[in-house]
Amino acid sequence: MRFILGFIGAVFAGVLLISMISGVAEYVSNPPAPLASEEFHLKPKPLELASDGMLGRFDKRQLQRGFQVYSEVCSACHSLSLVSFRDLKELGYNEAEIKKIASDWKTQVPSINPDTGEAATRKALPSDNFPAPFANETAARAANNNALPPDLSLITKSREGGAAYVHSLITGYRNQPAELLKKFPDAKTPANLHYNPYFANLNIAMPPPLTAAGQVTYADGTKPTVDQMATDVAAFLVWTAEPNLESRHAAGLAVSIFLLFASILGYFAYQQIWHDAKRAVRVTGALDPENQEKSRRAKAKQGVAG
Amino acid sequence: MSFSWAKPYEPKHPLMRWIDERLPLPRVVYGAIGGGYPVPRNLNYWWNFGVLAGIFLTIQIVTGIVLAMHYTASAEGAFTSVNQLIMRDVNAGWLLRYAHMNGASFFFIVTYIHIFRGLYYGSYKAPRELVWMLGLVIYLLMMATAFMGYVLPWGQMSYWGAQVITGFFSAFPLVGEPIRIWILGGYAPDQAALTRFFSLHYLLPFVIAAVVILHIWALHIPGSSNPTGVDVKDEKDTLPFHPFYTAKDGWFAAAVLLAYAVVTYFAPNYLGHPDNYIPANPLATPAEIVPEWYFWPFYAILRSFTVDFILPAKLWGVLAMFFSILLLFFLPWIDRSPVRSGSYRPVFKRFFWLLVVDVIVLGWAGGGAPNPMRNVISQLAAAYYFLHFLVILPLVSAFETPLPLPRSISDSVLHGEEAEAAPAGSTPRGTTTAATVVQ
Repeated sequence: MRFILGFIGAVFAGVLLISMISGVAEYVSNPPAPLASEEFHLKPKPLELASDGMLGRFDKRQLQRGFQVYSEVCSACHSLSLVSFRDLKELGYNEAEIKKIASDWKTQVPSINPDTGEAATRKALPSDNFPAPFANETAARAANNNALPPDLSLITKSREGGAAYVHSLITGYRNQPAELLKKFPDAKTPANLHYNPYFANLNIAMPPPLTAAGQVTYADGTKPTVDQMATDVAAFLVWTAEPNLESRHAAGLAVSIFLLFASILGYFAYQQIWHDAKRAVRVTGALDPENQEKSRRAKAKQGVAG
Repeated sequence: MSFSWAKPYEPKHPLMRWIDERLPLPRVVYGAIGGGYPVPRNLNYWWNFGVLAGIFLTIQIVTGIVLAMHYTASAEGAFTSVNQLIMRDVNAGWLLRYAHMNGASFFFIVTYIHIFRGLYYGSYKAPRELVWMLGLVIYLLMMATAFMGYVLPWGQMSYWGAQVITGFFSAFPLVGEPIRIWILGGYAPDQAALTRFFSLHYLLPFVIAAVVILHIWALHIPGSSNPTGVDVKDEKDTLPFHPFYTAKDGWFAAAVLLAYAVVTYFAPNYLGHPDNYIPANPLATPAEIVPEWYFWPFYAILRSFTVDFILPAKLWGVLAMFFSILLLFFLPWIDRSPVRSGSYRPVFKRFFWLLVVDVIVLGWAGGGAPNPMRNVISQLAAAYYFLHFLVILPLVSAFETPLPLPRSISDSVLHGEEAEAAPAGSTPRGTTTAATVVQ
């Protein structure tokens, strides 16, 4: 049996070796062409938010500003399907304000005509989720050059880099570098797409959403620079993706302190229980050949010193 | 029970006596995890991970049952039920879900440590072969359960992971494709696959619990092994499980749960993949499909076969991947050395650590997008994996000269070696006074 198993092992190893040799030969004879998206792609710029870190909490004023950016800019194309109007309470809006935000929302909620039963729409209620700007995917694509604007509810959890990625992407639009075109003449950004080094393939269908300072007039008087608006909306999208972040952090702190004390007390209990048995265990530790060697050396040393 | 000095159960309370006479369940528990189970007194902390695996299995079952109360197993509703209902609207639903997600990862972490402990200390050797094999059955069931659980949120990685993993079967000629379609209940993962995965994901943990009972039962016939690998000779070698090992397991479990809490509460998505927060879309393949981290070493083995040599490369990969686990069932007969503990096997010990590094390298290779450099490293590491178990281990066990073994666990106690061992615990007198002066 051992012989058969050894043979199987050798066969697998042999086929792996053949795979490796042919892979290396392929690489040497036909090295893969470098891609513009590998060389010119950038990692998100660092972004600091109040919600960062183990004890991070939301900056509610910032979330309100971010919500303002979402509702005045992003919501033209992007849905927020997992979030309800009532959730806005956590941003510090009161019930009357939420009711007004819901009923004033630019898209209405699909419904039926109560008299005829025909399809109709009605004003949104606080209990509704944010209605999507387009009726369905086909409508969304038709209005956006066949590109589909993703839902933003979980965007900071569904992209590598999270909020920093959102912020960098929004502020990262620029002209395609001449160096890129010189190196990769075929990689010119197609019409209808926009060059953005933070996007995975460098060319994004979304036109720059925030183009000028003052695009949104903040209710709290914060200066609406493009960077400020991008930061605020990124912070808001951290909240939409993780609305329980504050309770999670608070509970985590309490649980960790509890478990820390539990393990310390448990450790002392363990020491207490093992007090008499411990000595014997220590001695059996000496059975380890390494310990035997150590104690031999220690003994020799003591002998010299003595 | 295995040892004659194991304390028999003596009910202290009349109620317990009443129960014990009619149904000796208290007796069974006492003999299994109470004062009636004698355990070698020299176990180190690597022996704590079996109990920890049991704790994480319990956490998974409890959180999982509550999650199932709120989850909708439908292709249309699954993603929303997880990401809106459970994560936002259910009271502490976010905690249940994050505890379950990270509980799976921690279950695998402690199980991997438990397995490697068994590999180092020769826990698979006679008379514990069945303990080892039942453990491997648990591990296989865990892998199946974890895979199906990952499909349930019906995100992009769920969907495409299901596509890739069920696709393994189609590598087999003739029967493969019909088997794949039969398993999925369709040509691609959809409603039928999701509902059956949910059903099985609910079932298998209880099967695991049952095999865990067999695993512990089989263990308690010869009793636990120990770091010297020397058999227990008499009562001096053992301590009752309770209170000694319950106390040791207790504090250590609290410490590991602390690590688990820190990840669950402060970095709950660290071990996951961002793509699984995108709803499943059968028309858009993710840039790279990667399984959960605990499958990375096997994924690396699968991807390492890139050449159609006699058989198609995919079939080679699938065969090798399955065999990489199956071969562990033969381990008690592959390793012929009569010495159990790696501490007394100088050559084996070196290769063991090489294997640990090898598996970590395989994990790294399986977790990233393939590129020429990664492929070569992955292929070398995969080849070493097979050579280690199937060629090196039998040769080492045949030719190695092990170090002399102690006569018994408490041998040195009886032979007055306390003085030798003293530096490990107490300081020599001379230095004590010096230290006292400094203080």
